[in-house]
Amino acid sequence: MKQTNRPRILVTGAAGALAQQVINRLRDQCDLVAVDFREQVYLGDDIPSYCVDFNKRVFEDLFRRYQFDGVIHLGRILSSQWTRMRRYNANVLGTQKLLDLSHKYGIKRVIVLSTFHVYGAVAYNPALIDESAPLKSAGLSADLVDSVELENLANIYLWRYPDLNITILRPCNIVGPGVRNTMSSLLDSEYAPVLAGFSPMMQFIHIDDMADAIVLAYKKPTRGIFNVAPEDWVAYQHALKLCGCKRIQIPSVPPAVPNLILRTLKLRSFPSYLMAFFKYPVVIDGRAFAGEFGFQPKRPLKEIFRFYRDNKRPV
Amino acid sequence: MSLATYLKSKLIPAEIETHVNRIRKPIGSLGYDPWGFNNEAMKYGFALVKQLYDKYFRVEAHGVDQIPSEGPVLIIANHSGQLPIDGVLIGYALASRENNPRIPRAMIERFFPTVPWLGNLLNEFGAVLGDPVNCAKMLANGEAVIVFPEGIRGSGKLYRERYQLKRFGNGFMHLAMKYNAPIVPVGVVGCEETIPAIANIKPLARALGVPYAPLALPVVLPAKVHLNFGPPMYFDGDEVPEEQITEQVEQVKAEISRLIDKGLSERKNLF
Repeated sequence: MKQTNRPRILVTGAAGALAQQVINRLRDQCDLVAVDFREQVYLGDDIPSYCVDFNKRVFEDLFRRYQFDGVIHLGRILSSQWTRMRRYNANVLGTQKLLDLSHKYGIKRVIVLSTFHVYGAVAYNPALIDESAPLKSAGLSADLVDSVELENLANIYLWRYPDLNITILRPCNIVGPGVRNTMSSLLDSEYAPVLAGFSPMMQFIHIDDMADAIVLAYKKPTRGIFNVAPEDWVAYQHALKLCGCKRIQIPSVPPAVPNLILRTLKLRSFPSYLMAFFKYPVVIDGRAFAGEFGFQPKRPLKEIFRFYRDNKRPV
Repeated sequence: MSLATYLKSKLIPAEIETHVNRIRKPIGSLGYDPWGFNNEAMKYGFALVKQLYDKYFRVEAHGVDQIPSEGPVLIIANHSGQLPIDGVLIGYALASRENNPRIPRAMIERFFPTVPWLGNLLNEFGAVLGDPVNCAKMLANGEAVIVFPEGIRGSGKLYRERYQLKRFGNGFMHLAMKYNAPIVPVGVVGCEETIPAIANIKPLARALGVPYAPLALPVVLPAKVHLNFGPPMYFDGDEVPEEQITEQVEQVKAEISRLIDKGLSERKNLF
């Protein structure tokens, strides 16, 4: 690659729709290198793309070869993907390797994508949870432990190596075209399960807005942890209605009943370990991020839900 | 006309629709706020409570205009009567007043969010989980918040303990001082007689996971309710020792006690 003054950035999770949006926003001003744990994706001739396991030694070769200025770490394996052990290796140990290499090769800016799931859905959650709230998720399910561990790790590096300028982003539900997470598959489906009598408040951010948020965060080196969410809220069942989903009521009391049903059904989009998130609200306060980075989401909820409704039955 | 529109036109009179719409509320594009308040659901609640307020409990409210028309305010009242009817009636009194109506938020017991349907319904009508973080964030948003500092100690009282104030928690005073929110004391008279309980069946309460299980008639009696709102009380100062906070809480408690006595003296008979 020719020597330029353009910043050189490593983007992980390149196979995901979000990473591709971020890449599209940065490719004109930066030299990008894309990697993914899962598959190699073609992103154009100007962007080298690799399928690599962060825990393998060849990963370091990328740092040697490209001398990155920054890292945007979006490659978190979702809790609905892979087994618990493989996810732990990828998300926790893989991230540790990534941060160690970032430190070793003098990287100046690191963005880590986390999730609002780390706060955990419990009945006693206040609304507008801010960044200093305890992370209760690990106590809810072993399937969410790797998400919390990833954050803890990033946090340790945030304080131990201030030069890395780590910013951890905790977005609400990311949805929109191409998004393959559990929430997006629910909104996309014809029939969506709900827990009878529970319709927690939720927040949704459009993938384009989230990509904007990541780019904004990358450009301003403020260290820290930030929630990312628009100042708009909707109840889960209302959101399904607006997306044109038919609701399937799952008996909700006593709590053992829905748990048993979901464990039996093994639905990818409505896993039993996320059950609490469809019962109790986790409403986060995104004002600190908006204020610090001048972030203003542009796509309203109605537009997001219209997309899902209109694309329910593709022609 | 769809069934929903038809029902709405039958259940919600036009004047309620206009009245609720003219109250300024910090809500998002789909009519919700972060705590689950919903502007449309609220109209149904408003129409229903209007009937209860005017016809069933025949509430007489005095001094509701003492509540400031804007900015954070804590409405502090005595709690009684097993169900949070007192909170609903105080809320309606403020939401339905002619001048500068406001939709107050009531802090509710921690077990409500775990109850299917009811938990969501209460949230949609403006009730909020009684967590200090919630109260703080709402005061920061400039909302009017109803707090019963006695908590379940008050609502779970037996009939023989009626109109005896239980211990007040100090949390509300800390929040009032931090957010410069005036405190409007309210004396509620009549709710004690709505569900008179003669005993609390503790083993049943434990088994059901509820705070108390009253032994009472399975009806809500149509006792006449008197609400007396006192003048706003202002407390300021940072870094005040807890002892002084307790003293200030006692002042509020004494004022509520005075307002209850006023209500009791105004009352001609129970029903």
